[in-house]
Amino acid sequence: MDEIDRAIVNALQGDFPICDEPYREAAEKLGIAEAELIARLGRLLEEKTLTRFGPMFQVERMGGAFVLAALAVPEADYERVAAQVNALPEVAHNYRREHALNMWFVLATEAPEGIQDAIGRIERSTGLAVYLFPKLKEYFVEMKLAA
Amino acid sequence: MGAGTVQPDADDRRLIMATQGGLPLVPRPYHALAEQLGLGAEDVMARLTRLLDAGVIRRIGAVPNHYALGYTANGMSVWDVPDECIDKLGEQVGRLPFVSHCYHRPRHLPHWPYNLFAMVHGKSREEVETQVQRIADLLGGDSRAHDVLYSSRILKKTGLRIGG
Repeated sequence: MDEIDRAIVNALQGDFPICDEPYREAAEKLGIAEAELIARLGRLLEEKTLTRFGPMFQVERMGGAFVLAALAVPEADYERVAAQVNALPEVAHNYRREHALNMWFVLATEAPEGIQDAIGRIERSTGLAVYLFPKLKEYFVEMKLAA
Repeated sequence: MGAGTVQPDADDRRLIMATQGGLPLVPRPYHALAEQLGLGAEDVMARLTRLLDAGVIRRIGAVPNHYALGYTANGMSVWDVPDECIDKLGEQVGRLPFVSHCYHRPRHLPHWPYNLFAMVHGKSREEVETQVQRIADLLGGDSRAHDVLYSSRILKKTGLRIGG
């Protein structure tokens, strides 16, 4: 990552314009050419510095559900269980964490009923109990990281 | 449908499915989407604006990989605070500049006494520990117990995927 990459990551974690030529508009603010911005974004995605470039959806706002869940996975079964959990399209992300509850994932479904269905499938395939941590209240969310 | 939700129509759904993996990296990405979906470019832009205003889209832009940016210490700090004052405390913790997400979530007694979750990110464990100490100072005696769960591996990170 050079200085321009850093400036791109810092400037474009939100507020990407909705207009005919959004890359041109964003590039002008950064003082680079449109083609350079597009090429650099492609490379940052390729190198996995960025996991995605586009809209971030909040499924609850369209009647869906988004629930944090955890499992206590025996170490010997960890890879098998990770593969079983990750195989569900409802699993939006999944992290290993250091705790007795050592697998933490988010289920995102278009309808609230989809959550119970996904949990049932995870419990049946893994043989483990799913701990659910639905959000009771959101105080703050703004995931922006300085590059 | 609860309060504050919008029901996307069939074309909104197609637009969400077409963009959940990312925007096209071409000079006129909304025109490219319009062509792909058989919609007008103005329609695509109006729909995205409406979804953004309604909060269905939280924001449009780059989603960085924490690890690639050097944020190798990603801690989920969890706190047991009294239910009576959790909203006041949650707002205060959420306002700390290094907290990216802050939520009230249920306890699972007896194994999990924590009801306040605050995500913190640092370039080292020491940095995260300093941040966690600042949260502990802010909560004072209202924190009866806490823990920090560091992520040691990303097992999956695709974001929302709705079906066809």
